[in-house]
Amino acid sequence: MSDHVPTPASAGKLAGWVLAASLLLPSAPASADALSEAAGNYRIDSSSKINFKVDQVGGGGIKGSFGSYSGSFRIDGSNVSKSKVTITLFPKSVKANQARMEDFLRSDAVFDVANHPEITFRSTSVTRTGDDGARIDGVLTARGKSRKAQFEATVGKRNGKAISFRVTGSIYRSPYGMDVGTPIYSNVVQFDMTLNGTRK
Amino acid sequence: MPRYHENTYGIVAIALHWTIALLFLGQIVFGFSMEQVKSLALQFELIQWHKSFGFLILILAFLRLLWRLAAGRPQPPATLSRVERVAAETVQWTLLIATLAVPLAGWALASTSTLGIPSFAFNLVVVPHLPLTPSDEAEAFWRETHKLLAYGAGMLAIGHAAAALAHHFVLRDDVLVRMLPGRAARPATHRVTLETNDDV
Ligand code: HEM
Ligand code: HEM
Repeated sequence: MSDHVPTPASAGKLAGWVLAASLLLPSAPASADALSEAAGNYRIDSSSKINFKVDQVGGGGIKGSFGSYSGSFRIDGSNVSKSKVTITLFPKSVKANQARMEDFLRSDAVFDVANHPEITFRSTSVTRTGDDGARIDGVLTARGKSRKAQFEATVGKRNGKAISFRVTGSIYRSPYGMDVGTPIYSNVVQFDMTLNGTRK
Repeated sequence: MPRYHENTYGIVAIALHWTIALLFLGQIVFGFSMEQVKSLALQFELIQWHKSFGFLILILAFLRLLWRLAAGRPQPPATLSRVERVAAETVQWTLLIATLAVPLAGWALASTSTLGIPSFAFNLVVVPHLPLTPSDEAEAFWRETHKLLAYGAGMLAIGHAAAALAHHFVLRDDVLVRMLPGRAARPATHRVTLETNDDV
């Protein structure tokens, strides 16, 4: 949306832009509303990125990602708050900077992938926070425990067939029985995801 | 120049000796036991406690070294042969150095580990890593060094303790009593001084 807005250097240019905008009126309001315009059903495709980070005392921390996941979302054009998203992560696919760290994360110390091969998130409500942003409330299930969780989503690149969201959120890991290593490692897992949706 | 005029180590050296002896032997048993634990989560926590106590031992051992250098030690009992004195002295210096070297090697192990786990002593103080370059090889080297030094020192300490007990129960001299608090606590004027060559 913002790429439609030039920065006018002069009043003349501004007037020209207003004129141009008014001529384009049928599409201009829609482009100010990326979410409603992108209404539809999408599959989260494998070009997405699911990164996370856990801070540690004294600076730095553990950075990791999940290579394997599946999910979909529906953007409701008439009422964005009725939009839905579900995503399943397969923690076996966790990547970290170190093979031993990955084994540790897969073990029953953290994800316990043998008994709990999936981590799921299901939205319960979506609240618009701006032209291209929304807050997603939902339930995150990991290690057999379900807790409320919240993420912020911002529309990134999009075209007729695809839309990309940057989704961030901080999750406390102790309620899931994953509090190993606290307080050396923070209780908070910071997610930073790029979810690329392809229209179904 | 002996600074001791009594036939006792004095309360400071005695307190340090027994505190360090207890912690050091306990730390070896603890170190061995934590290696046998199957749960990785529990093992992680135990290793952090091991590191915390290790740093505590390092500080106490350093204080003891300073005390030993500043205050010296009582003259060896006159009943000891020259060989016995040299043997006892050598073992004691080796043990004193081991109580520094073992935790230092452990610190080097933690510092060179490619896992980069911070040391957060007793969840209170972040102890920085030693300025060593982490690598799998360096970590393996320091792990082996730490282990060999720890078990080697443990064996030497057992020999040292056995000798002390033999002096007390078999030879019935006052080698052990000099290291016990009873004599150090008595007022100086009432202390039994078996030394004849006190001022040598
Ligand atoms: C006087 C103090 C210490 C003693 C007597 C001691 C002794 C031991 C022993 C006996 C083990 C088990 C070795 C094995 O069987 O594989 C061990 C392991 C270990 N020690 Fe220490 N330690 C001391 C201090 C420290 C310190 C200060 C640190 C780090 C800051 C440390 C870090 C470790 C680590 C990380 C291991 C586990 C190695 C592994 O999992 O392979 N230790 N220690
Ligand atoms: C648990 C059984 C132990 C007993 C019965 C014992 C007994 C003694 C005795 C009687 C002395 C005085 C010897 C003399 O005057 O020549 C002594 C000194 C000493 N012991 Fe032990 N000890 C024990 C454990 C340890 C341990 C585990 C360490 C260290 C790892 C240790 C380190 C030393 C050192 C360094 C000295 C020299 C005195 C000083 O600097 O404080 N001892 N010990």
